[in-house]
Amino acid sequence: MLEIKHLSYHVEGETGGIDILRDISLTVEDKKFVVVTGPNGGGKTSLARAIMGINPATSGQIFWNGEDITNLSVTDRARRGISYGFQQPPRFKGMKVRDLLDVAAGKKMSHDDACSYLTKVGLCARDYIDRDVDTSLSGGEVKRIEIATVLARKSGLMIFDEPEAGIDLWSFARLTDTFREIHDKKEATILIISHQERIIRLADEIVLVANGVVSARGSVEEIYPRIMADTVAGCNLLEVNGKC
Amino acid sequence: MLNEIQEKILSIVADMKGTGEGAVNIRSDGEKAFRRNTEHIVIESKTDKDGIDIRIAPFTKHESVHIPVVLTKSGFHDMVYNDFFVGEGADVTIVAGCGIHNCGDCDSEHDGIHTFYVGKNARVKYIEKHYGEGEGGGKRILNPQTILYLEEGASVTLETSQIRGVDDTKRYTKAECQGANSEIIIRENLLTHADQHAVSEMDVFLRGVDSKAQVVSRSVAQEASSQIFYPRVEGDAKCFGHVQCDAIIMGKAKVRAIPEITCNHVDASLIHEAAIGRIAGEQILKLMTLGLTAEEAEQKILEGFLR
Repeated sequence: MLEIKHLSYHVEGETGGIDILRDISLTVEDKKFVVVTGPNGGGKTSLARAIMGINPATSGQIFWNGEDITNLSVTDRARRGISYGFQQPPRFKGMKVRDLLDVAAGKKMSHDDACSYLTKVGLCARDYIDRDVDTSLSGGEVKRIEIATVLARKSGLMIFDEPEAGIDLWSFARLTDTFREIHDKKEATILIISHQERIIRLADEIVLVANGVVSARGSVEEIYPRIMADTVAGCNLLEVNGKC
Repeated sequence: MLNEIQEKILSIVADMKGTGEGAVNIRSDGEKAFRRNTEHIVIESKTDKDGIDIRIAPFTKHESVHIPVVLTKSGFHDMVYNDFFVGEGADVTIVAGCGIHNCGDCDSEHDGIHTFYVGKNARVKYIEKHYGEGEGGGKRILNPQTILYLEEGASVTLETSQIRGVDDTKRYTKAECQGANSEIIIRENLLTHADQHAVSEMDVFLRGVDSKAQVVSRSVAQEASSQIFYPRVEGDAKCFGHVQCDAIIMGKAKVRAIPEITCNHVDASLIHEAAIGRIAGEQILKLMTLGLTAEEAEQKILEGFLR
């Protein structure tokens, strides 16, 4: 289980300090599928990076399976079963797709296993397994390889930051099938930042993050119609302390 | 008979176990330690200066030549001239690494001058690894020169790498693509650390119609080491050339890359790119999310970069 208690994240800018996340508390039960959504700049990515330890919390606590991981490094969190798919994954000159999958799996994978992860993200394994993860790949291809590395970790908690970004419609359909399959088989707890209806509709719970706080949360049936109404009629759902 | 140190160095610089397979010439501390010819590849000692001639018969296919050099005497200065005559239509792999074990306080140096005459439509893959080790205060110095002349349709791929432990190196590579449709591919990987210094100069002349050159230099400069690259490509006919220099800089290291392209013909098409920078923080973070420590992540990135 993932528990976030009174989490805040503050950064100092040139024009003064900014509270990116403010006193966020959230619990995600095991094997649940949670989608975090909300307007740009609301704090979604910062929340995901705080859970992974990339952006350390300024205050508050994060517990994973009962252990306080607030002060653990990214590596230690990864080794405890948390994985993270970057919104804009880096490229690696000279490193092959297969190498990256081996690192993710923590062992040398068989050719068939490595290929199966690429297939799950809609890539033809034969064409990609020996390619360098460099600028010869398009943004969408790198993104799908990124997601494959998260799948290959077989983590207890998989975090994806906008997995749909830059991915074509056909691959996106394959990807949503993969997320649904992981969820149906109860292979992992999934936390996805997304704006895509097809992903949102897979969720057990939607968490709406805006202005650095959780402004609403609930089931798809409960929250999604309100989000849709909000986009037409104003931003009541996003309103926090009179600000929208 | 090779000792343990010599055998270890041979395995590092030439991937050899014992005396390997195919045509072989092992040079150790300035002398011939082992030689084996094959039906199609003949190695002979020069009579006018120190070195060997390697003659590869026309249409020799899928054979290899290993000519590694080992230096284990501290203070030894070795200079050798090796000439390769690759016959028409041959297709061979040549492995020519050099390793220095210096446990004394005097400098040890090996200067190898390799000249290739590559016949019509012949294909050569040339692999050269350089390595240094030993606890002595004496430097380990390697100054290789590789000169190539390519006839019509000839193709040569050079894969050269300085693995570790070489204190000082001055590398020079010259390729003349004289024949039409000849092609040279140069992949140079260089690692320096501590206070080591490396200079790599290249001159590639594209003189044959539709000749091609591809130069890819990947280097990593760690700690207080320094590197300078001068890759130069000249197009004197309808041709295509691409020079790419990438360097990762770490610690207090310094790297200069000065690529130069010269077009002397209206249909010569030459491109150069150069980039020097540190390892991106996001690359380290990504590998940390896969369970590596920051140090392991850095090592993994460097391994891939210098592959």
